Amino acid sequence: MFLDPANFRHPAFRTGMADAFKVAPGIWAWGLMTGVSMVQAGLGPVMSTWMTLLVYGGSAQLAVTPLMAVGTPVWVVLATAFCVNLRFAVFSLHLRGYLMAWPRWQRLTIGYLIADLNYVQFVQNHPTPATDAAGQRAEMAYLCGNCFLTWAGWQIASILGIVLASQVPLEWGLGFAGVLALVGILCSLASSRMRTVSLVVSGAAAIAAYALPLRLNILVAIAAAVAMCLVIEKTAGMDKATT
Amino acid sequence: MIDVFELLTLLGLAAMTVLARCFFFILNRELPFPAWAQRGLQYAPIAALAAVVVPEVLVTHGQLVSTWLDARLLGAAAGVAYYTYRRGKGQSVLGTIIVGMAVYLPLHIGLGW
Repeated sequence: MFLDPANFRHPAFRTGMADAFKVAPGIWAWGLMTGVSMVQAGLGPVMSTWMTLLVYGGSAQLAVTPLMAVGTPVWVVLATAFCVNLRFAVFSLHLRGYLMAWPRWQRLTIGYLIADLNYVQFVQNHPTPATDAAGQRAEMAYLCGNCFLTWAGWQIASILGIVLASQVPLEWGLGFAGVLALVGILCSLASSRMRTVSLVVSGAAAIAAYALPLRLNILVAIAAAVAMCLVIEKTAGMDKATT
Repeated sequence: MIDVFELLTLLGLAAMTVLARCFFFILNRELPFPAWAQRGLQYAPIAALAAVVVPEVLVTHGQLVSTWLDARLLGAAAGVAYYTYRRGKGQSVLGTIIVGMAVYLPLHIGLGW
């Protein structure tokens, strides 16, 4: 991974880091507030540190800490985390075309580290998967640099948040920076009219189904948006043309 | 200090992160992939992210926000406006965060919206 010189000496490693750095302040603010809110939800500084180091997923952590604090059954906690993480499963389907060239342990290690921004920046930098070994190495080096900078910044900010938990009131709402980072990513993904339709349908469905348990509204929203887009394509005859 | 049961829960949560992020490339074998799924894939990532983000902005206490005087709503709107303005000129996501927070923080802390 990062410890492999073939990755960290590759020029793409620096490109990946530079790209991640452009959005880093949002990640830092989000990490800081995730640290603060874990402690304030009653998880305790030691467990909060373990959580950020092990789980490494801001939205899932924020969703499950209140559940853990009130002693929710473990399977509910895990199922909720998985539903909040569903978007990553969708991303993984797209990333499959890039990563299958690598051995499994390497796929799993880098896959674990690919958060929202890393996925978006990676596929925008590499619109189609490389077919030769040199190109695949460049992709892996980019991913390693991009994910490393995000990971390090997130962990430092989270632990800082855990330490400062009593000094930084949640009421300031600094965590909204994380939501805004995701809003920015959403904007960059909305590159065609049909994708914008997908965004709107999914957002509306996620709100309409908000009352469902286990964050299943996310699953409902993805299914509704993709189905709607495929139906619109079909009726407009777009599935024959290349879009 | 460390509760073993909680630590096991955290390990389970870490497994959920790996499972979700690697879902479709854990196995080595080929995935059968029908054409409609291939087409659907171009709409799925944005839908998946929107399903998480849109409620974060528009839902408070389990209800759709019922007023325009909402700091998150106006902050996000300012961020999107900035992104649209800066589209293709670089630094748009960072600008979205900064402009959004510049609108959100005064409204949220100052006016308590």
